[in-house]
Amino acid sequence: MSALARPRLPLRPFTRSGRARTAGDDPRAPWPLAVTGLVIALLALLPLIYLVIRALGVEGDALGFILRPRTIGVVVGTVALGLLVGISTILIGVPVAWLTTRTDLPGRRTWAVLTAIPLALPSYVVGFAFLAFFGPRGTLQGLLAPLGVERLPSIGGLFGAVLVLSLVSFPYVTLATRAAILRLDPAVEESARLLGDRRMTVFRRITLPVLVPAIAAGALLAMLYALSDFGAVGLLQFDSLARAIYLQYGASFDRSLAAVLALGLVAMTVALTAGEGRLRARAGTYATSRRRRPPSIVALGRWRWPALAFCTAVVGLALVIPVGTIAWWMVRGAMSGQPVELLMDVAIDTFLVGALAALAAVLLALPVALLAARHRSRLARFVESSAFAGYALPGIVVALAMIFLATRTVPILYQTMALLILVYAVRFMPQAIGGLRAALGTAGPRLEESGRTLGDGPIRAFTRLTLPFLRPAFLAGGALVFLTVVKELPLALLIAPIGFDTLATEIWDAASSGFYARAAAPAALLVVLSIGTVALLLRAEEAER
Amino acid sequence: MRSLSRPVVLGLAWSLLVAACGGAASSPSVVPDASPSGTLTIYAGRSEELVGPLIERFESETGVTVEVNYAGTTDLAATILEEGDASPADVFFAQDAGALGAVAAEGRLAAIPASTLDRVDARFRSDDGQWVGVSGRVRVVVYDTRVFGEADLPTSIDAFTDPAWKGKIGWAPTNASFQSFVTAYRMLKGDDAAKAWLEGIVANEPKVYEGNDAVLAAVAAGEVEVGFVNHYYLLQALAEDAAFPVANHFLAGDDPGSLVNVAGAGILTTAPNPVAAQAFVDFLLAEESQRYFSTETREYPLIDGVAADEALPPLSEIAGPDIDLSDLSDLEGTLRLLQDAGVL
Repeated sequence: MSALARPRLPLRPFTRSGRARTAGDDPRAPWPLAVTGLVIALLALLPLIYLVIRALGVEGDALGFILRPRTIGVVVGTVALGLLVGISTILIGVPVAWLTTRTDLPGRRTWAVLTAIPLALPSYVVGFAFLAFFGPRGTLQGLLAPLGVERLPSIGGLFGAVLVLSLVSFPYVTLATRAAILRLDPAVEESARLLGDRRMTVFRRITLPVLVPAIAAGALLAMLYALSDFGAVGLLQFDSLARAIYLQYGASFDRSLAAVLALGLVAMTVALTAGEGRLRARAGTYATSRRRRPPSIVALGRWRWPALAFCTAVVGLALVIPVGTIAWWMVRGAMSGQPVELLMDVAIDTFLVGALAALAAVLLALPVALLAARHRSRLARFVESSAFAGYALPGIVVALAMIFLATRTVPILYQTMALLILVYAVRFMPQAIGGLRAALGTAGPRLEESGRTLGDGPIRAFTRLTLPFLRPAFLAGGALVFLTVVKELPLALLIAPIGFDTLATEIWDAASSGFYARAAAPAALLVVLSIGTVALLLRAEEAER
Repeated sequence: MRSLSRPVVLGLAWSLLVAACGGAASSPSVVPDASPSGTLTIYAGRSEELVGPLIERFESETGVTVEVNYAGTTDLAATILEEGDASPADVFFAQDAGALGAVAAEGRLAAIPASTLDRVDARFRSDDGQWVGVSGRVRVVVYDTRVFGEADLPTSIDAFTDPAWKGKIGWAPTNASFQSFVTAYRMLKGDDAAKAWLEGIVANEPKVYEGNDAVLAAVAAGEVEVGFVNHYYLLQALAEDAAFPVANHFLAGDDPGSLVNVAGAGILTTAPNPVAAQAFVDFLLAEESQRYFSTETREYPLIDGVAADEALPPLSEIAGPDIDLSDLSDLEGTLRLLQDAGVL
């Protein structure tokens, strides 16, 4: 039934628990929103339908396969990998976000850009760079050799995988937290200070609780990315579920056992998403006024130096080492007479695909975020968890699912740009959901309700009063999707139109057969493309204030 | 909102346009006569860097428009299996015989005429003629030249089960070439011996990598001191960096450790352009292409009259383990063995 037909009371002050009602007031969503949400959920669940079809075709002792100690070990290892990446991305991402928004850290704009770029580096490139640099006889050992260092300990295994995956995914936490910090109304903190609270107390009691949803949303993306990653775990020889799935395809072309393992990954994703949801439900929100002043800036004083050292270390590990390695490949190749191709047309194609996918993803994310933030109900929970359910699936699984379904249902779309962009948008929309939901949470429905009392229709009230508030979240979500799409590999290889290349496929093609010099040019272009994107994003963020 | 809406419309319009073009382009072409024409779609599990120039030459010689889908060989095999009858591919150009065998086993490859097959030794093609090898690669042991000299290395792969190699070995047990080697080992020495060898290596705690390139990178980085890979990866790396601290070690000719694998091609039963597909397979086996494999990808040519790279021992010397590659189809048995031995 239509929510529009119901008489609405602008004021519904308290829930049963006595907490002030803010977001998630009305469990009944207007029907167009509910239907849109269900369609999006269905699209996101398509890979799971394929997995169930394949898993049902399993022959032999599937249960024995799942319960053997080795599989259980892989599952435990995968959980450990996810949790450790979650924790370390928070430990890196939150301080970076705070330092670059709320302090007088020298060069904060530059740090903000530099710390976001690692997101666009393919994990296998970073993995290769780390192996070459930190390996027992890598570059670092070469530098230390005069000091008598014969070899360094191996960086493979859980430690190396967590390190590399944290360094490429901490920007999820940084960007989400930055957006939340910039949405804060400094007036609330100031009142607390006026009431005599110390700065740390204000941060802990007032600021942090409001940031928790954003931090959790960012860390969730980082964890799910770690679960789905294959590049880094493959190189650093850590047995995760994603790797076990690749092994089933690669070793035996066994699509059924691979599907069984992939469903395990789905179960983990649903559990993690539910955990994040619970954390979010407990967190507080407070409304912010639309006319915000710039947040107050904390003078770091002597703390400036440790803060700079911290940022330098993060950027050094996450950016300088991988990019330095790419540069070294290029120099070495040039010295041995290899031509450096610039591949501008491929860079433009990559940019277009990334931009269109980002745009489509934020448009898909908006209804999901609206349901989750404004109309908490069983339907909203279903739509939201469906959107995330397939997010941690390795790309190859999604690609095969789409090949199977598209050739049977919409062959006209198979291997077209339209399908590629749609699949990207559906797959990566969760990256935009968290930010939008958090923004809607702070915007609060009251704003629109006041607009409605002044005679606006629901859509007009939304576009006039709430939408401007969401702009930073749209930009941040779009940028995340863009940075993820431009480095994505399996889908770009398998379901893109035949002959369509992206910078990521160029890197893969060269590096997988040992032509590191030729992999360097597209890798460098990828970095340039992401610097441009991140700089644009931050400028938009500034203009907003 | 107004500022957002125009790009949305443009974007959707562009997508639909591309969709329409893509749909039209992928429709099957009908070839009335026997000379190749139209569009040929190749699924290539080989690197564009390596085979791209060859395919361009085919285009300019025949006038056929070629569309190539480059991706990993196993990914493409899985893609062909999922596509089923709807596959737009004409030719599957694979990195290894195992993937061709898996696609053939599900009835997706058509028979290749004997005139084409006979150019290649029977060991390097499928028994029922569904795929043919076009270039050869030998299993070798790569070693860290900062640690060993050529003389320090054993002549048999069996020697690496010695505890002296503990923690020094890198391998890629998920790699198709490695698995073919294990199958060859089983054929030559029996399942029990193969299992004992695998267990011996596992006891030496080898480091596990995803592919030959990763093993090579690990040897160069000093993560491990030796690695079991195919011969040509190193030659690429040396071409880029003459000081690359790794060398190839060829095992004895009759050792399963020196198995010769092939990259090969098959024509799909559903090929929209079978005539051009056949022409392309013949082109790969022509002398000029075989010479290209020898000099550019540094693999072994497989037809008579084209010599291998001078830096390589001749195929006649190392192709000792007299094994027919289509006999190496018992991948299931090898996988079970790998799992029983705790490798996978």
